[in-house]
Amino acid sequence: MSGLNFRRLVAVARKEFIHVLRDPRALGIAIVLPMIMLMIFGYALTMDLDRVPLAVWDQSRTPQSRELVSRFEGSRYFSVVARPGSYGEVEDTLARGQTMMALVLPVEFGRRVASGRKVQVQVLTDGSDANTTTLAISYADAIVRNYSQEILVEKARQLTGRPPALPLDLRFRAWFNTDMESRIFIVPGLIAVIMMLIAALLTSLTVAREWETGTMEQLISTPLRGSELILGKLAPYFAIGMVDMLLSVLAGRFLFDVPIRGSLLLLFGVSAVYLVGALSLGILISAKAKTQLLASQFAFVATFLPAFLLSGFMFDIGNMPRALQVVTYLIPARYFVAFLRGLYLKGTGLAQLWPECLLMVAFGALMLLAAVRTFKKRLA
Amino acid sequence: METVRTQALTRRFGELVALEQLTLAVEEGEIFGLVGPDGAGKTTTMRLLTGILEPSSGEAWVDGLHAVRDAEAIKDRIGYMAQRFGLYPDLTVQENIDFYAELYDVPKAGRSERLERLLAFSNLTPFRRRLAGNLSGGMKQKLGLACALIHTPRVLFLDEPTNGVDPVSRRDFWRILYQLQQERVTIFVSTAYLDEAERCNRIGLLHQGRLMACDTVDGVKGLLKGALLEVQCESPRRAAVLLRAGKVGSVALFGDRVHVLADDADRGRAAVEAILRTEGLACHAVDVIEPTLEDIFTSALPSGAA
Repeated sequence: MSGLNFRRLVAVARKEFIHVLRDPRALGIAIVLPMIMLMIFGYALTMDLDRVPLAVWDQSRTPQSRELVSRFEGSRYFSVVARPGSYGEVEDTLARGQTMMALVLPVEFGRRVASGRKVQVQVLTDGSDANTTTLAISYADAIVRNYSQEILVEKARQLTGRPPALPLDLRFRAWFNTDMESRIFIVPGLIAVIMMLIAALLTSLTVAREWETGTMEQLISTPLRGSELILGKLAPYFAIGMVDMLLSVLAGRFLFDVPIRGSLLLLFGVSAVYLVGALSLGILISAKAKTQLLASQFAFVATFLPAFLLSGFMFDIGNMPRALQVVTYLIPARYFVAFLRGLYLKGTGLAQLWPECLLMVAFGALMLLAAVRTFKKRLA
Repeated sequence: METVRTQALTRRFGELVALEQLTLAVEEGEIFGLVGPDGAGKTTTMRLLTGILEPSSGEAWVDGLHAVRDAEAIKDRIGYMAQRFGLYPDLTVQENIDFYAELYDVPKAGRSERLERLLAFSNLTPFRRRLAGNLSGGMKQKLGLACALIHTPRVLFLDEPTNGVDPVSRRDFWRILYQLQQERVTIFVSTAYLDEAERCNRIGLLHQGRLMACDTVDGVKGLLKGALLEVQCESPRRAAVLLRAGKVGSVALFGDRVHVLADDADRGRAAVEAILRTEGLACHAVDVIEPTLEDIFTSALPSGAA
């Protein structure tokens, strides 16, 4: 495999560039698809819980009950959308999906609160989506607890003439994502997933197409070497991949308002390494599959699903079963997700992220070597 | 000097024997035609000789180099035009040729003259900026040839180069091949067209993976024993059936004529006339004719018969 001929490599790269530039569809996939994915996932995949649709059945109709309801109305987490007048109506709004939660205040609510006696507040929830329900209940709990505490404080003040000091006072501050907005967490991971998929899809077609149209038979009858062909084919897609990366970073910064705390140089340097790995994986798939349809389908399944589900992007790796956790070490996107989140959110550099970077270099080198080695200048 | 030589070259694909014990030799500067119907093993032979397919057994040498051991070295010296030629439809005529020139590492010096000559040679000069995908079938084949010739190969392998090309373009194509022959380029061409085979210096008849004959065109024709009769009569289709049933010899229908290969001209003619008379078919003429390659095929190749 020695004696790489640079002229032949450049000739292949130039030819591939022409293919891409003269095929608007290919260019569309290369540039538009990652942007569309970033939009869809970036906007849809928000894990923040906002404006839970709430039904309120206030049977008490007193200043006390209205005060509690107004606290729900004032919260950004709830939005009162229905005022049922019976349990039948409450059930109806939940069953139709019009609301996710119902707050029921008993007739004696105002009276008992005023007289300082204990009263029960009922919250009914649609438990179909366990995660969201748990979150919504904790928000409701916080509002009710807060109100309850204020009543207690007021009572103590009336008795002693001064407000009591609470024994514990929780003060928290979230680091790195101060406003705790999930998009700041999601967008960097999303970039890793998209880059993996796009890169593998881009190259998965290129070798298979030559087998399919018969041009490969011609190519292997020339002195062109496998390494020259593979590297030549990688070159233009590497350029496109870096443009995609740049667009994704720009969209993240200016569309989703995700700040970048780490070094831009490191960001693009490591992205380049990761890209080489993902592009080579696509070539590897393409060289094995030999038909475009099979290659693109396989590239999708082999890159998107693991990158989406097992990289820690969607689901926390720490919460996975042990066996699945082991598998995630084989998913290169795992390291890129960790790297991008570290760099974006915490501004960490090589000092902390070197293991991830090293593994990505290994992935890139291994895939490139495998792609070059797999390609055989033989039919059948 | 022998430019192409094979020794018991065999290639199997699982159970199927695509090429069996092929032994032949092609001299330098010769136009050698590998002739046979589809599935005879022509493409397999081409692929084995160009070093892109490995033989199951047997050996081959091209320009003195071993087809397996020196496969990569061979590739510098040959030009190959596969059956589905590897043109890129989204590249222009010139871009396609330039691409192959780079792959063969053709020196920059003198390259543009060679390019101009090839374009002129194949009448493609006015179309140099046209996308290859927009060329006609005949022009595509000529472009394919130009790409295969850009590095001045010693041996040219052409796999059914004029398949599906109109007669005028085919004639042009052969004119180019004759010019190349003048430059001592050895041309190894495969074809299923028998009229085209007649243009070769020597031919090899390939059938079901076996070489049935290998000689000059006249030599191969001489292999036909007996006399070939051309019968012009009423309802030739029915006549052919009757003659075949009457066992006068090997019978084949050629358009509105019936060819009969008889052991002896006179006895054969008498037998043919007798059968037609008995069946009440008017017989216009029975002439002894020179055999064409098609006659060789239809009489020599049992399953290839019309």
